Amino acid sequence: MNRTTIDLWVGIFVTLGALALVFLALKVGNLSGGQIRSPYSLTANFDNIGGLKARAPVKSAGVVVGRIQEIHLDKQHYQAVVTIQMDGRYTFPKDTFATINTSGLLGEQYIGLEPGGDPDDLKPGDVIKKTQSAVVLEKLISQFMFSKAAEGPATK
Amino acid sequence: MFRLVGARTINTQWRLGVMARFFGLLLWHSGSSFRRLRLTLREIYFSGVLSLTIILISGLFVGMVLGLQGYETLQRYGSEEVLGTLVALSLVRELGPVLAGLLFASRAGSAVTAEIGLMKATEQLAAMDMMAVDPVARVVAPRFWGGVISMPILALLFSAMGVFGGYLVGVVMIGIDSGSFWSQMQASVDFRNDIVNGVIKSVVFGVAVSLVAVFEGFDTDGTAEGVSRATTRTVVTSSLAILGLDFILTSFMFRG
Repeated sequence: MNRTTIDLWVGIFVTLGALALVFLALKVGNLSGGQIRSPYSLTANFDNIGGLKARAPVKSAGVVVGRIQEIHLDKQHYQAVVTIQMDGRYTFPKDTFATINTSGLLGEQYIGLEPGGDPDDLKPGDVIKKTQSAVVLEKLISQFMFSKAAEGPATK
Repeated sequence: MFRLVGARTINTQWRLGVMARFFGLLLWHSGSSFRRLRLTLREIYFSGVLSLTIILISGLFVGMVLGLQGYETLQRYGSEEVLGTLVALSLVRELGPVLAGLLFASRAGSAVTAEIGLMKATEQLAAMDMMAVDPVARVVAPRFWGGVISMPILALLFSAMGVFGGYLVGVVMIGIDSGSFWSQMQASVDFRNDIVNGVIKSVVFGVAVSLVAVFEGFDTDGTAEGVSRATTRTVVTSSLAILGLDFILTSFMFRG
């Protein structure tokens, strides 16, 4: 085996490896579209976040406008404090309403933002005041059952 | 009986110590394998390029099997679209580095051990020493670095090929929507957490396999039987090392 053949094959080998990395990064891992440009952070307090996880998307009208950076428990009020990284291209009014929604029946949970009508925008570091907790299925079912039980005898 | 256990323990400890010192010596002498890059390139050719066929074909088939099996299970829950996620995550995180590592150990690691072992048996290494050529710098270090460089490339190719195999089965054969296959995959595979961690794993496996291979080769008794025993030991030890290290790395990387 002479030198130039070995050089050629090693070159092909390394190039193939680099191509595989690029393929995995762009096509599989979506490195190009996943990045948030010039992010700013907001926080929101929820009574109950259900199954929300860090890195879950934040959507407004179905469009991803940010990602959840961190979740921790506020020790004084026993509320979940969710830190959000927002895309710098989007700003929202001060009275924006944050809800925790589920995509599909069994899908992952995300935060939905519904803009209000305030003329001032949320600034970096602000707190979203109006929030709605995640829907806990057990609570919903027990509420439904109790209300059925309460009205049951009366209608008979 | 206790004496046997004690002897085994001391023997293992002693071998580990020798191996660690050998590793130090190897790192100390590895400057020359970059200064004389030609030697390392040769080893990349032998352990990397010549392993391409087996890695690519196994990757393709593993991806295709993942596609079939994943589809069988997922369609019961009516969520065939996440097949892309399943195939990509299991390949990039686990199967790519681990299976490529196991194949690399049996394909290239055993060859390196046999080569160095035979050099020792035919006293080529001793001859080099006589000519004031350090066999660790001339023979061992290039083979070690060739393996360390080849291994991540092979693992990446394995993963990429596997994803392609999953695509072939899922989209082309079964007929899952191509758009949802890729978009579900892209939504859940993270570059830093999944792909980079997979590459880190494969680098660690590359170091482990190459170290075991060159050490076992260098440590053989100079007989035909010794060489064959060393080759077997390389495959067994490096496979076990890969699986053990994989568990440790996974528990550090994907805890939450």
